Amino acid sequence: MQFPEELYYTREHEWLKRIGEKEAVVGITDFAQSQLGDIVYVDIPSVGQRVEAGTVFGTIEAVKTVSDLYMPVTGTILEKNPVLESHPEKVNESPYEEGWMIRIEIEKPEQLETLLRAEAYRTLVG
Amino acid sequence: MLKVTPLLEKHRELGAHLTAFGGWEMPLRYKSELAEHHAVRQQAGLFDLSHMGEFLVRGPKAAEFLQSVLTNDLAKLTPGRAQYTFLLNPQGGIIDDLILYQLESELFLLVVNAANTTRDREWLRENLPPTGVSLQDISEETVLIALSGPASTDLLGMHTDRTAIEAMPYYSCQKLSVAGMEVLVATTGYTGEWTYELFVRKEYGPQLWAILQAERGSLKASPAGLAARNTLRLEMGYLLCGTDIDESTTPLEAGAGWAVKLEKGDFIGRSALQAQKQEGLRRKLVGLLSESARVLPRNAMPLLNEKGEEIGRITSGSLGPTLQRGIALGYLPPTYQLGDTVYISIRGQLTPLRITRPPFVSETSLTQRLKARL
Repeated sequence: MQFPEELYYTREHEWLKRIGEKEAVVGITDFAQSQLGDIVYVDIPSVGQRVEAGTVFGTIEAVKTVSDLYMPVTGTILEKNPVLESHPEKVNESPYEEGWMIRIEIEKPEQLETLLRAEAYRTLVG
Repeated sequence: MLKVTPLLEKHRELGAHLTAFGGWEMPLRYKSELAEHHAVRQQAGLFDLSHMGEFLVRGPKAAEFLQSVLTNDLAKLTPGRAQYTFLLNPQGGIIDDLILYQLESELFLLVVNAANTTRDREWLRENLPPTGVSLQDISEETVLIALSGPASTDLLGMHTDRTAIEAMPYYSCQKLSVAGMEVLVATTGYTGEWTYELFVRKEYGPQLWAILQAERGSLKASPAGLAARNTLRLEMGYLLCGTDIDESTTPLEAGAGWAVKLEKGDFIGRSALQAQKQEGLRRKLVGLLSESARVLPRNAMPLLNEKGEEIGRITSGSLGPTLQRGIALGYLPPTYQLGDTVYISIRGQLTPLRITRPPFVSETSLTQRLKARL
């Protein structure tokens, strides 16, 4: 199980990677994908919208279950990963790279401090 | 405390994702349940079913006893044949669905669901006549491995008398030597593909698994977990006890009246089923199909009419990996007909499902073999 050091994590098993002063990419963790099993559909209807931290920005359908996706910090969804439309299995195969879900503009960078770092997340799911 | 399959080490070596199921720790998936599902439909899969319960019922009154507690007609069985049947409570509710194998004239094997093993055993013991029948629970000494798929005969045939297994009819069983081990081979299954279910003493289990799992040129049996087993059975519309059926549902409501023989004489639950038949059903189990892989019905979702009013409930729902559409079983009032549309709420929207008659997948190695024998 991988927990890259440079990422921020939520208790709901999303990760956030900062890619600039106000931008970040969000996905679900290796642990989350392994618990869900094969992902068959990722639904993100909220592109272009401002979404509050801790609220739902989409849903992810596995063979057996459906789960909500939670926004790690308040921000605007700039883009969703177009590859997932036809290749949702990328979330299983490459949860931190090709399986990313959304790119966002962070409203308050100081909210990042409320998120978990790799070591704390590893302990949470360990 | 979970019971442990004798094959646990094999599953660990394969990197299985384990889950608690029916009181046992069993493989849910090895890597991808979709890949495992397709492997079974296209070539072969290997399942550890050691969690299932097995009872031996023996004695001069064994047949008479089983006839009085099970719904199907034992008189139609002969040694070496099997039948699907139900254990009912006096109200006609389903305690368990099981497979009954007749091994000898006075010896039967019952294979029951893991979660119900204790309940079934106690229920059978309570109803046992004072003499003439013995009941032995061999669940913990028995490993059950299923080899399922179009290549199952080719794969098993490498290790046993191929002519003998090729001659086996559907729902039959016989003792054979497989790689030198004494195995009860049965042609029952739960995937819709042609399947061999192999019962072996637990000390031989790991060896049997290793032999069957070894690749043979381009042929291989892929280890498959409970997640794939569930999508495979759901594509066939097979019932899952505890999910689609339980003590609050009857075989008639579940569309399994074919395994109930009311005319065979008295059995526990018979009068309740007769009354239900006369009064008419208030609900029946149906198959439900969505329009795409983006509309996935889920267990316990309410079924709605076009006004959004609840009219029934889904019992099992999932992606059907072969069809790439949502498939489900659920209960509806009998006024709903094949081809009618009902609805579920998906992401806040009323989304249609069409009522169909399972199986959802109709061309398999099982149906081919059955047709070839006609």
